[in-house]
Amino acid sequence: MIKMTDLPVRARGRICCLAAEGTMRRRLMDLGFVPGTEVETVRRRPGGGLAVYLLRGTMIALRKGQSDYIYIERSGYFE
Amino acid sequence: MSNASLFDLAEGSSRRTGSPPVVALAGNPNTGKSTIFNLLTGLRQHTGNWPGKTVLVSSGSYYYQKQEYQLVDLPGTYSLLANSPDEESASEFLCFARPRATVVVADATCLERNLNLVLQVLEITTSLIVCVNLLDEAKRKKIFIDIKGLEAELGVPVIAAVASRGKGISQLKEAIKKMVEGKTCVQPRSITYDPEVEKALQQIEKQIAGKGGAFPVNCRWLALRMLEGDAGLLKKAAEYKNLEEISVWGQNLPKP
Repeated sequence: MIKMTDLPVRARGRICCLAAEGTMRRRLMDLGFVPGTEVETVRRRPGGGLAVYLLRGTMIALRKGQSDYIYIERSGYFE
Repeated sequence: MSNASLFDLAEGSSRRTGSPPVVALAGNPNTGKSTIFNLLTGLRQHTGNWPGKTVLVSSGSYYYQKQEYQLVDLPGTYSLLANSPDEESASEFLCFARPRATVVVADATCLERNLNLVLQVLEITTSLIVCVNLLDEAKRKKIFIDIKGLEAELGVPVIAAVASRGKGISQLKEAIKKMVEGKTCVQPRSITYDPEVEKALQQIEKQIAGKGGAFPVNCRWLALRMLEGDAGLLKKAAEYKNLEEISVWGQNLPKP
């Protein structure tokens, strides 16, 4: 299990849990970051920090401060 | 038009029989709400998507079969549980202004993520019509939506639309008309929470019903927000008649 922040570009994984609480948790879930959802890192800004993720058919950009709350089970690379 | 005057308008429509019924347009960002709004009203509301753009809801009217309807375009949100000013104004409008019918516009290309908002709106109001838009783009992506199946699952009318080409607009007008006239039979899917949550909800609901009696809000929804500790919404509630006491009571509830 890794933080979504550490999911390499073009790698895929499945969300296993959210470590956030309150409004942050709510916000992430509203955006579609729900346990069981498959995500893929599309691109990441050099030096990290900001990254774009593909989930449920939409690309969403998150900062490290948000993606650190999301834990991922790696499931392979996207062809 | 400012929010305050819109609320007057919506409240008026439920009381005075002469004024046109208010219909709200809600939906995720970029699903074509404003396109549908412009098609129905003939206005040219500017469309665009950046935070804070449509914090102020815009409104216009249209006639269908000699009946006037007041259409309110709410800002695009992923959720009704306020995180930003636009989400706040959308949920406040649906909760306190109580439009006669609400249309949630959903993006067919990523329907799954749109259903979150549909279910949230369904918790506030059952006078709901779901409009699945952008079906042409979905088709291009080889996504086919089972409209009838969705309708059966949600228990509210679902309209298929390609708003950019005007498809589905007449069906939407007809569905709104039926909903406003109370001729639509809705059997909305209700969301049941864990027994613990339900028990707490019942207790709070009982308190709300006891404090002030009949005010026109959805008690269960308000109870849910109180249970969540949504201070922003409760502060808003204080601005409405008959809700002051509930607001104060709710804000003094022990924190979860």
